[in-house]
Amino acid sequence: MPAQLPDNLKFYQKRLMPMRHARLISLLLALAAPAPVLAETYEHQLANGLRIIVKEDRRAPTAAHMVWYRAGSMDETNGTTGVAHVLEHMMFKGTPSAGPGEFNRRVAAAGGRDNAFTGHDYTAYFQQVPKQKLSEMMQLEADRMRHLTLDAQEFAQEIRVVMEERRLRTEDQPQALLFEQLSAVAFQAHPYRVPVIGWMNDLENMTVNDARAWYEHWYAPNNAYVVVVGDVDHQTVFAAAEQYYGPLPARPLPGRKPQDEPVQTGIRRLTVKAPAELPVVMMAYKVPVLRDVDQDVEPYALEMLSAVLAGHEAARFTNHLIRQQRLAVDATASYDSTRRGPGVFHLYGSPSEGKTRADLESGLRAEIALVQAQGVTPDELARAKAQLIAGQIYKLDSIFAQAMEIGQLESVGIPNAQNRRMIEKLQAVTAEQIQAVARKYFRDEQLTVAELDPQPLPIAPRARSPFAPRH
Amino acid sequence: MNQSMLLIGLCLALVAQLSHAGPKIERWQTTSGARVLFVENHSLPIVDVQVDFAAGTAQDGEGKAGVASLTRGILDLGVPGMDETQIASSMADIGALLSGGVDMDRASVTLRTLSMADKRGPALEMLRAILSQPQFPAAVFDREQARSISALKEALTRPDAIASKAFWAAMYVAHPYGRYATPESVSSLARADVVAFHAAHYTAQRATVAIVGDLSRAQAESIAEQLTVGLPSGPAMAGVVLPNLPSGGEQRIAHPAVQAHLLLGMPALRRGDPDFFPLLVGNYSLGGGGFVSRLMKEVRDKRGLAYSVHSYFLPLQQLGPFQIGLQTKKAQANDALKVTREVLATFLAEGPSETELQAAKQNLIGSFPLRLDSNRKILENVALIGFYDLPLDYLDRYPENIEKVSVADIKAAYSRHVRPEHLVTVVVAGE
Repeated sequence: MPAQLPDNLKFYQKRLMPMRHARLISLLLALAAPAPVLAETYEHQLANGLRIIVKEDRRAPTAAHMVWYRAGSMDETNGTTGVAHVLEHMMFKGTPSAGPGEFNRRVAAAGGRDNAFTGHDYTAYFQQVPKQKLSEMMQLEADRMRHLTLDAQEFAQEIRVVMEERRLRTEDQPQALLFEQLSAVAFQAHPYRVPVIGWMNDLENMTVNDARAWYEHWYAPNNAYVVVVGDVDHQTVFAAAEQYYGPLPARPLPGRKPQDEPVQTGIRRLTVKAPAELPVVMMAYKVPVLRDVDQDVEPYALEMLSAVLAGHEAARFTNHLIRQQRLAVDATASYDSTRRGPGVFHLYGSPSEGKTRADLESGLRAEIALVQAQGVTPDELARAKAQLIAGQIYKLDSIFAQAMEIGQLESVGIPNAQNRRMIEKLQAVTAEQIQAVARKYFRDEQLTVAELDPQPLPIAPRARSPFAPRH
Repeated sequence: MNQSMLLIGLCLALVAQLSHAGPKIERWQTTSGARVLFVENHSLPIVDVQVDFAAGTAQDGEGKAGVASLTRGILDLGVPGMDETQIASSMADIGALLSGGVDMDRASVTLRTLSMADKRGPALEMLRAILSQPQFPAAVFDREQARSISALKEALTRPDAIASKAFWAAMYVAHPYGRYATPESVSSLARADVVAFHAAHYTAQRATVAIVGDLSRAQAESIAEQLTVGLPSGPAMAGVVLPNLPSGGEQRIAHPAVQAHLLLGMPALRRGDPDFFPLLVGNYSLGGGGFVSRLMKEVRDKRGLAYSVHSYFLPLQQLGPFQIGLQTKKAQANDALKVTREVLATFLAEGPSETELQAAKQNLIGSFPLRLDSNRKILENVALIGFYDLPLDYLDRYPENIEKVSVADIKAAYSRHVRPEHLVTVVVAGE
């Protein structure tokens, strides 16, 4: 399951499952790179605080344009959860100079594709266009950065669309429900406990004024940055950015409370019942994330641990749990070292027929215990590093992937110029460091376990009516 | 990490422009009879290879539903002298990626590798062994059969999967495209079925090899020979029989989901049909054009009935479906269905407006460079051209073929391919 952006669908949540280390490791290439590779990225800051980051890639006459806002669902408050994502929807509903639907219409007329996504840490908008249309995209994005209409009628329609999105992606998806509940139990104080799309009751009671307050608080050039990758000249991009984004005024931003999660001091367990066939076990260990690119060691070691456990088809989980022991039909691990909030290392899978959720939990725990007791082999570590380097080169085949990488790093406050150092640190991870983080953080005190208890469908999925001519 | 420094250097040094027109495609045949398409592109130190066989689910055969998927699933899990873990480890060691899958017509095996000889060589040798000498170890067969059954049982609880199976079965009555794997059909398969399926369908005569990337023509020729010389030999491409058009109608399936899943459609279009372009351009205005289509405006923007609503044609070797799909909360299912049918009926009667037609052309032609701006996308296009034997200038002529479509062409093409009396409707969880 490759993590790819669906072309015509918005997604509001970082994919839970696949390719977690793609980002960090992604940097591996540049890592080994001599100076010229890093020089591919150019930066410029406007007087209003907006930063422009440009990477020239002239393989095809196209460009990706992204605007990232440093405001995501973790900046929301109780009662209006989901408002970051709702505002993302409303950003397509018009300004005085470009009415409802006009944004999409103009991108389409430019031969472009556009969409947006909201996460815990950020909200981002993008267009992929033929290169000569880039400045028109900047004009459109600059307009809605300041002049969004937020019409009450449009809001009333769009909030219904968002509730349909929640039904589609969460209410009827047992694994998504399980993940939502797991996060809500693992975190009690930190806003990562809340799903990005928001609780249904908050969506039902949301008003256009909630969306407007969000927009007024966070949508300002000094809380945003622009990423452009493609067949462009960086000086030309900077000049266009000055022209379109330059006139927007900077505004004071609200303070951000840390809302640190209290230390967890014992195992937490929960069960979700939903119509399904396969049971699921998800385990969440609290772990650190990257805060100091230079001094930190553990986040890099955790990234490599994730790669050794589940980074490829010969990794331990597939090899041991699925193939040798036939304990699981699926088993994987994920960890994201670059987030604004606290870190979590997830292990999850579905037991094989005849095996129980408890059997699988024991199997997952045994894999961790093995690393704690014996570490990882030099071959495994070298393999993980080789894959990461290749993955970095493969990423150069996609303009969009390169823009995503820059945007995501910047969203947590890591300048993309730090890539080189991060890659050096990743490459320097030792087997001893991996064993050390396994011993230090994979303890029951820091663990939350969620189980999906599958329920049979109340009615067998047969045709209620035979195939009948319609009237 | 001297090696990666070298790679980076290469990436920088070889910054070539991809062409604005379609890429230059070379085509030839291997001595074993496989078709080869090649696009030379040195802009990145990457080689992409896709080998397609006419070995899709349409070839499953009576009583063997699931065998095509299972064969493809186990194909790369055992070659002479290496088990599945050794295969996966050795590919990971050189950063090579194997992927692929099965659709109605095709079984695909895709390899992405770095182009340096010490990476490319072992990766391609592994691909050769996987295609020509899969061992299908008995223990692996048992395990993957069990995993398939688990996945199928899980799918039988999901409203989207239930809707899709019912939809295809209703469109393609007594036709291979309408047959689908069940836990029972997969349970009844034996390892011998998989071995026989490979021998009959993974033949050079049924293979198309698409190669894109950092190779010379001579290197590509030698790779194509290497990959196909040891393939089983057999008769030429397998045909798929013409489906009878369904007599229309509506099927409702109960389900506890909070959202109803709606699908409408019929068998409509073969690959290579000259009506492809008018249907494609028309569909942009109907339900294909992202956020600007009629269905999106009427169902989502005006009424808030759905998050996603789409329509598309999926041309196949035989008549592939025209499909409209959406999801909406249970209580709104009938309203959404009514609106959808009205939008379709109006479109079939009147076609798009001139304004809509111009907007469709502007986007489809304007976005053409986005269809080809990576090696991966070029590979997908070239593999499709090869497998379905489309003209080599298909991509070059794509913009002009769109430009010349008129409203009258669209109306005429829809009247030939989308006929209301044959439309089937499936609603899961709609009561």
